[in-house]
Amino acid sequence: MNGYAGKILRVNLSTGKISKENTPAEVAKNFVGGRGFGAYFLFKEVPSHADPLGPENKLIVSSGPLSGLLIPGAGKCDFTCKSPLTGGYASSSLGGLFTAEMKFAGIDSIIFEGISPKPVYLFIEDNKIELRDASFLWGKGTITAEKELKEMLGEEFQIAVIGPGGENGVSFASINHDYGRQAGRGGVGTVMGIKKLKAITIRGTNSIPVADLEGYRKAGIALYKSCKEAEGLKFWQSYGTPGVTSWANEVGAFPTLNFSAGSFEGAKTLYGQVMREQIVVTDKGCFGCPSPCGKYSRMKRYDTQVEGPEYETIGMLGSNVGLADIQDVAQANYLCDELGIDTISAGSVIGWAMECFGKGILTLEDTGGIELRFGNVQAVFSLIRQIAAKEGLGDLLSQGVKKASAATGKGSEKFAIHVKGMEQSAYATHNATAMLLAYMTSDVGAHHNRAWAITYDIQVGREKVTPEKVAHVIWLQNFRPMFDVLGACRLQWVELSIERDLYVPALEAITGVHRTWEDLEKVGARIWNLTRLYWARENDGFDRQWDMPAARFYEDPPTTGATAGQITSLDNVNKLLDIYYEQRGWESNGLPMPTTLEQLGLTELVA
Amino acid sequence: MRLYADFSRCSGCHACQVACSLNLFQENNPKKSALRIIPHFPVPGTYELKVCTQCGDCAAVCPTNAIKQNSKGAYYVDYAECNLCEACVPECPEGVMFIKVDLANHSWKCDLCGDCVQVCGTDALFIDEIDAPVRHSASSQAA
Repeated sequence: MNGYAGKILRVNLSTGKISKENTPAEVAKNFVGGRGFGAYFLFKEVPSHADPLGPENKLIVSSGPLSGLLIPGAGKCDFTCKSPLTGGYASSSLGGLFTAEMKFAGIDSIIFEGISPKPVYLFIEDNKIELRDASFLWGKGTITAEKELKEMLGEEFQIAVIGPGGENGVSFASINHDYGRQAGRGGVGTVMGIKKLKAITIRGTNSIPVADLEGYRKAGIALYKSCKEAEGLKFWQSYGTPGVTSWANEVGAFPTLNFSAGSFEGAKTLYGQVMREQIVVTDKGCFGCPSPCGKYSRMKRYDTQVEGPEYETIGMLGSNVGLADIQDVAQANYLCDELGIDTISAGSVIGWAMECFGKGILTLEDTGGIELRFGNVQAVFSLIRQIAAKEGLGDLLSQGVKKASAATGKGSEKFAIHVKGMEQSAYATHNATAMLLAYMTSDVGAHHNRAWAITYDIQVGREKVTPEKVAHVIWLQNFRPMFDVLGACRLQWVELSIERDLYVPALEAITGVHRTWEDLEKVGARIWNLTRLYWARENDGFDRQWDMPAARFYEDPPTTGATAGQITSLDNVNKLLDIYYEQRGWESNGLPMPTTLEQLGLTELVA
Repeated sequence: MRLYADFSRCSGCHACQVACSLNLFQENNPKKSALRIIPHFPVPGTYELKVCTQCGDCAAVCPTNAIKQNSKGAYYVDYAECNLCEACVPECPEGVMFIKVDLANHSWKCDLCGDCVQVCGTDALFIDEIDAPVRHSASSQAA
């Protein structure tokens, strides 16, 4: 199959059996690759009500048909499993060089099953594939372990690795790669840890077949030309995602002191421009990326290095916990990376705990003597270590903010900032209804990247609740994740504004199949509805209550900053959902109607 | 003319290598390219790029005269003439003369097609006169 490596690798960690099967053409046709493959295999193969931490859960690692090709940012790798954080669908995207190497090794997806009796890593060098003992790496940090593996195997090996967070069962453990890229969200690293799979190491030397080589080469170079001519290229290369920090603070979207506000007093020293000047050493790109947003930084104060911090981390481990020094935030980022936990969820649970402490819900006795006040940098570092080790207060926080607040009670659930158990990423949504709806209905819980609608809010009127606004969120949800399905990055479209139709001839020349973006958006809708059904299948009583945002966003207007006094009413929250369900072809309880499933060709699969 | 690499601008994305393999082999395979990217991570966190300087040392030692000059004055391998003797490989001061028998039955090197430059988004790669000013000679910097 052109554009595909052609094989699915299946690794049973309980038995040690390793096998390959052909990538099914029908699945490639209907679900294309990447996230689509992940959603399909999860729904089809993981039994209903499987324990996320049990042997029945699977970790599905997928490339897409653009991965590894001459396409901007063709290095997006999808990790899918049943989430130990939310109990629903988890899909997390990893950048870097890993997924291209999968394709060069002849593999479209790897499906990990079972639980290994002892720590192992998967070794792949073209057709030489074996599980190897990893006891010498167990307990080591991700950066340390990656370095050790590269020294042992060679620089050309691409490595995905977990840290102590994943080994210890932190619910939001990450999978790390290339000294700073993560599949961070939803606990994909937790599942890897439970399976006792420390790392995946890959080197491949094969070519990827394409349908029309010259057409592909020309279409690929045209995409690069468009990126290189883009007006926004220089800014994006200089600052990457931290370039939006100043904007987010100015419009009141910057998560501040556990999302109690959207503008932060100390924000200026966290801006991308300050970061570039003070700590950035190298621009670091994913596979084939002409606009590298990765910023490799050195923190002189701590004598450490980190790739980052990204905007999300600056928000969640900066303003959200009251830190205003970019070196401190970068050091918190480094600790999370090395220990293998998600910076977004970590910043959320720490922000929640700080608010609990301020309100007297958590006391010095609970914190082991730590003055858990906003802005206490040592407290942030201590809690990150405690979370990864599941020690002290970290044991509670390692379960995620939904479970931690449910166990703590005393009204703390009201300021636990999550949807469906997924901590909300770094956009404050007190008065940004499209972004709020995007978080409410995101397929993995409150994550931003499916529909980054906040600029649209500002553009059309942030408080508006209209069918047009909802339709825009749905369009984004169907369209944007298709980049994760295709295995390439969306940011050239988002940030450089390159024409999306430039991808159409490239995809056709690569796969030999003509698909317009409208065709691809239908695939996006198919995957979206399938994952919705997955949530309902796995969670008895799943209904619209699961789509409700944190109460803070309809009850608790900020008292400071750009959004002071602004809030979305509960009536409008419900109105957003009503319109959304209607436009999606879903019942008022939030489940897809049979006719919707029929139109999307899902009836047979979900029967 | 020759290819230059300012590796302080390299972000390690490998687009250059994919474009190179498409030109040299009509294949999508960065392992079959004529540039080398050497990452230095986690410390100091920089990339080193090795490219052909068109010095001609490879051609000078080739016993079969398989390494010839094209219309741009760049040395290229006439695949039919290469007998895989490997005389050229140790002569290359940049380590960008390649023989990998498991991947191809001939040697390969940069023929100055320029496709890598077209896809390099950070302008780490560029083509200039062979004796261009020193500021262009970043490929000989230490990492």
